[in-house]
Amino acid sequence: MVAVSGGCGAPIRLMKVCHAFELHGRQLPVLDEIDLFTGPGDFVALLGPSGCGKSTLLRLIAGLEQPRAGAIIMDQRQIGDPDPSRILVFQDPTLYPWRTVRQNVALGLEARGLMRTRSGRIDDVLRQVGLDGFQHAYPHQLSGGMAQRASLARALVNDPDVLLMDEPLANLDSLTRSAMQDELIALWQRERFTAFLVTHDVEEALYLAGRVLVLSQRPARILADVKVDLPHPRHRGSAGFMELRRRVLEELGQPMHW
Amino acid sequence: MLALARNSEAARKPVSDAVRQLPRHRTWWCGILAAIAWLTAAWFTKQWPDAGDVGPTALLAGCAAAIGVALLGASVVSLFAKFPERFRGGPWLIALALLLGFWELASAKLNLLPRPFFAAPQSLLAVYMEDWPRLVECTLRSFMLLISGYLVGALLGFLTGLAIGWSRTIGYWLHPVLRFVGPLPATAWLPLAFFVLPSSWSAGVFLIALATGFPVAVLTWSGVAGVNAAYYDVARTLGAGPVFLILRVAIPAAMPSVFVGLFMGLGASFAVLVVAEMMGVRAGLGWYLSWAQGWAAYSNMYAALIVMALMCSGLITLLFRLRDRLLSWQKGLLRW
Repeated sequence: MVAVSGGCGAPIRLMKVCHAFELHGRQLPVLDEIDLFTGPGDFVALLGPSGCGKSTLLRLIAGLEQPRAGAIIMDQRQIGDPDPSRILVFQDPTLYPWRTVRQNVALGLEARGLMRTRSGRIDDVLRQVGLDGFQHAYPHQLSGGMAQRASLARALVNDPDVLLMDEPLANLDSLTRSAMQDELIALWQRERFTAFLVTHDVEEALYLAGRVLVLSQRPARILADVKVDLPHPRHRGSAGFMELRRRVLEELGQPMHW
Repeated sequence: MLALARNSEAARKPVSDAVRQLPRHRTWWCGILAAIAWLTAAWFTKQWPDAGDVGPTALLAGCAAAIGVALLGASVVSLFAKFPERFRGGPWLIALALLLGFWELASAKLNLLPRPFFAAPQSLLAVYMEDWPRLVECTLRSFMLLISGYLVGALLGFLTGLAIGWSRTIGYWLHPVLRFVGPLPATAWLPLAFFVLPSSWSAGVFLIALATGFPVAVLTWSGVAGVNAAYYDVARTLGAGPVFLILRVAIPAAMPSVFVGLFMGLGASFAVLVVAEMMGVRAGLGWYLSWAQGWAAYSNMYAALIVMALMCSGLITLLFRLRDRLLSWQKGLLRW
């Protein structure tokens, strides 16, 4: 059985968050006064054109970078540094090639000195993502889908309050991808973390999230905040789904032509 | 090409026969051939009179014969028992017997090679029999000097490279020093080192450490600098502090590059060892070489060269083993 420990989601509030990059000595604004509140255990998808700053937003929430202005608040505390309660899953699995799957998953526990007390959690998570037979495999021996599962397990073993996912399924083939979407929902329903998902795929966003935010071109602002009030498991062909899809595509400036 | 194709075609057929017969072992034909070669070399070494006094000919013949008999024994055993199939040295054993035979023929028997500069095999044997205490002592001294210098140099080089790769401030100060001083051949320090340092031994350690340290530092640095930035991001989001980032991310990720530096450093350290022993350190195989040359004892020189080759290749092999052990995770990523 899975021991439910910690991680039951945390609320996140963004207050007038602005960010900019420096490129060839010039300021390049990326985020423009983003205001957002997500309740504990929400699943929020971020949609928007390429390079609009969606990934940057995730890096800010993770604490890997500091916003130029505004504040990001979790549980009434401002986010400063990276913290294992908020974990970022990258588009590439970025597993360490010199560690086996199990050692990769153990990374967070090792880093925080929790190997003694919590190492049993590793087996739980590996089972959850369906990798229990591959503990001692090296990353290069895994398929793309398995590597991404291992990367997900590496995040989940820390029982994060907030899971930040930066196009985690973008590099997978479509079959693996839809299977992983179902697994992701199952995990989220079980663990109840707050989830942020950056994606380019409108269907994926509507299939997974309870709320879809459509961002504008850079510098990003929130153009639309679409509530997805459909029960899981969702059906991509249902009337409600199609209607939401039409709406979101319209907000993205790509109305359906059929 | 055609012959090769036909060969493999022919080779394919007996496989099915072999599978049907399920042979338990394979006769070691190479071993039998090698035994014949060694015994032949022994026989004519014994029978053919030497052109002059070149050393213990009978002993040489005896040694070759002993090798031949041992190989014959192994081949006979292979007829009845399972023999390690991984052993692939058979052709080399034949080649070595031929080499010894031709060497013996050209030097001791036909006197084709100018005598004092080229030694016969039995005169090397004589050196090992008469001068072995000195050779052993020189080998030990060389080994100790080399290992001390190499370990000091590798450690300091590794730490320097790590510091430059990790910290901008340290890099700012150390990098130019490394760039300016590093490319200088360590042997250029030789006069200064023997003058400044208290003993010739410590000067030798210093020079070898210098020669080792530079490539190790540069390659550690480039290894650390080349670590995928996402690896650090991953560890940081998982709650890793700077110590964890250095020990568990930067160093393991840089290890393949560090090993390239360690190999280069080991090669450089051999060169400096010999020069240091020839120029200042009054012991070791390098010293033995120049001492033998001074007395025109060329067989001693060859004998010392062989010992030195064994020592150096042994150390390289040891380093390969260490790499294979530490970097076994690379096996599926590279042509190992």
